[in-house]
Amino acid sequence: MATRSSTSSSADRLAPLMAHLLVGVGGLLMLAPFWFMFVFATHSRTDIFSLPPPLWFGDASLGNLQILTSRLPFWRNLGLSLYVAAASTGFTLLFCSMGGYAFAMFEFRFKRALFALVMGTLLVPSFMNMIPTFMIMNALGWIDQPRALFIPGAANAFGVFLVRQFVIASIPRDLVEAARMDGCSELGIYWRIVLPLLRPALGTLGLITFIASWNNFIGPLIVMRSPEMYTLPLALRALQSPVDTEWGALMTGSAIATLPLLVLFMLSSRQLIAGLTSGAVK
Amino acid sequence: MRQTAAALLQALARRDLAAASRILTDVLPVRLSPATVPYVLISPFVLLFLVFSLFPLVFSLYLAFHVWEPTDGLAAMTYVGIDNFRFALGDDWFWKSLGNTVWMALASGVPQHLVAIPLACFLNSGLGRGRDLAVGVFFLPYITSTVAIAILFSSLFSTDYGLINLALAHLHGIPLLGTLLPAQPVDWMGRPENIKPAISLIVFWRYLGFNVVLYLAALQTIPGDLYEAARMDGAGWFRQFWFITLPSLRPMLFFAVTLSVIGGLQLFEEPFILTGGKGGSDQAGMSTAIYLYRTAFDFNDFGAASAMSWLLFFLVAGLTYATNRAFRPRAGSQ
Repeated sequence: MATRSSTSSSADRLAPLMAHLLVGVGGLLMLAPFWFMFVFATHSRTDIFSLPPPLWFGDASLGNLQILTSRLPFWRNLGLSLYVAAASTGFTLLFCSMGGYAFAMFEFRFKRALFALVMGTLLVPSFMNMIPTFMIMNALGWIDQPRALFIPGAANAFGVFLVRQFVIASIPRDLVEAARMDGCSELGIYWRIVLPLLRPALGTLGLITFIASWNNFIGPLIVMRSPEMYTLPLALRALQSPVDTEWGALMTGSAIATLPLLVLFMLSSRQLIAGLTSGAVK
Repeated sequence: MRQTAAALLQALARRDLAAASRILTDVLPVRLSPATVPYVLISPFVLLFLVFSLFPLVFSLYLAFHVWEPTDGLAAMTYVGIDNFRFALGDDWFWKSLGNTVWMALASGVPQHLVAIPLACFLNSGLGRGRDLAVGVFFLPYITSTVAIAILFSSLFSTDYGLINLALAHLHGIPLLGTLLPAQPVDWMGRPENIKPAISLIVFWRYLGFNVVLYLAALQTIPGDLYEAARMDGAGWFRQFWFITLPSLRPMLFFAVTLSVIGGLQLFEEPFILTGGKGGSDQAGMSTAIYLYRTAFDFNDFGAASAMSWLLFFLVAGLTYATNRAFRPRAGSQ
């Protein structure tokens, strides 16, 4: 790291102090919304909108939860979110590891064209798919079906790219060749040699996929029509109404939707940050 | 064969998935040669890719030239030529939504980079061990649920009891700074002119850390002896920043700005939640992505919505190309 504080004039000492202060205040402003989300989650609607507003935890979280579960099939929505996120992570890891391994290690017809096409779709904005996806799901009869959320995303261009890069960088061809010589079957090589070596890349991809699915709003907004099939973000949005929003319950729901992400982030922030910016940082 | 089946069943009965999968992978693929195996490996991905990524794009293009009657099934299409595009280009709300989108993309995007670059420089040079923590804190909003965040902010932006207005009222009491701030509580969501700044603030908050991480990664590749040499020549921090840091950041700046352009023009969730899915009073918070969603799902005009999505796509592509031109290293310089 470059250290620039070799001279010791007062301006040179003051500047880093100011910078520290600014970063500190900035960091607090970044965290403040999370703080208020969790504080508000423990207060009733009237408490939240009183003067002064609550800055510390209250005792209304159970009451909020009751409102939440009376207005929505909340636990079902939560379970559905978990189910969709888990299934989408599983399918994405399986199909992207197979595809990425094939792109990295094998030659096959149309490989280059196919890869270019897949990478091209990375640049296609999400709104392009909104309308055709609805019509396709409608035609397939997948409206209100969880699979409409986890099957399409399993062919994840980013995931295939990530796995392909990882295989090229860290799985030696000789190893695969040696296993082949020893009589290991082709799928055996994939399953018993490649997959275990892919673990770090798959860990990152799995985290990213899980979080993306957990947070996904546009997907369920398009295909989930009945409240029993809402995932968490959609359920929270349904609680909002122009006239009579139960803000306390809404905050409790939001906090429950956010908490798993905070835990995941604390456990794996380095891996997550590296993974989410890996397309850029090379 | 029967033996393997029995062994497989036993393994499954023991819930020994590892053993079961070993048996399966040894038996099933015996005939797979290195020539056929890539096709087996790639086919699930390709199948899903074709059906759910590529086909929708082609279909959307087809749809843009048709009128579809949703109640009559997928086949009820009438070819209308460029009518959908003509309708979109003559539609006031479409233009308004484009204006809103560009406004919010600029108001949230430009400050992101203006703040992220110095912040990344500081995190890179100072702070030492606290850096990972600081990076984590600034990055956190990026991974959290947009919906939960937008819901929280809609309470913070509330006119009479919202914390943001209370904070503004406090700051108004401070001499000098206070005169710049409004004396009355701001009606953030009710008045058209306030909706866009409020949404832009949330977007800025959400993506700042992402850009910081990008710039930080780029800064770490600048060799330290460049700064060493500059200091020997008596260059102060500003000249070091201007002549070493900024030019070295140029490729990343291009990349990060491109991402902001692409992301900013897709803006959907934040304004959708904050304006209840309708775009807000006087449609002031209606982004183009929201308008094309409404055109399809509220007004049942899927053809026109597809045409709009292609027009927006061309705008994204055009602006990406323009960014590329603006930031590309010029011939002859580094």
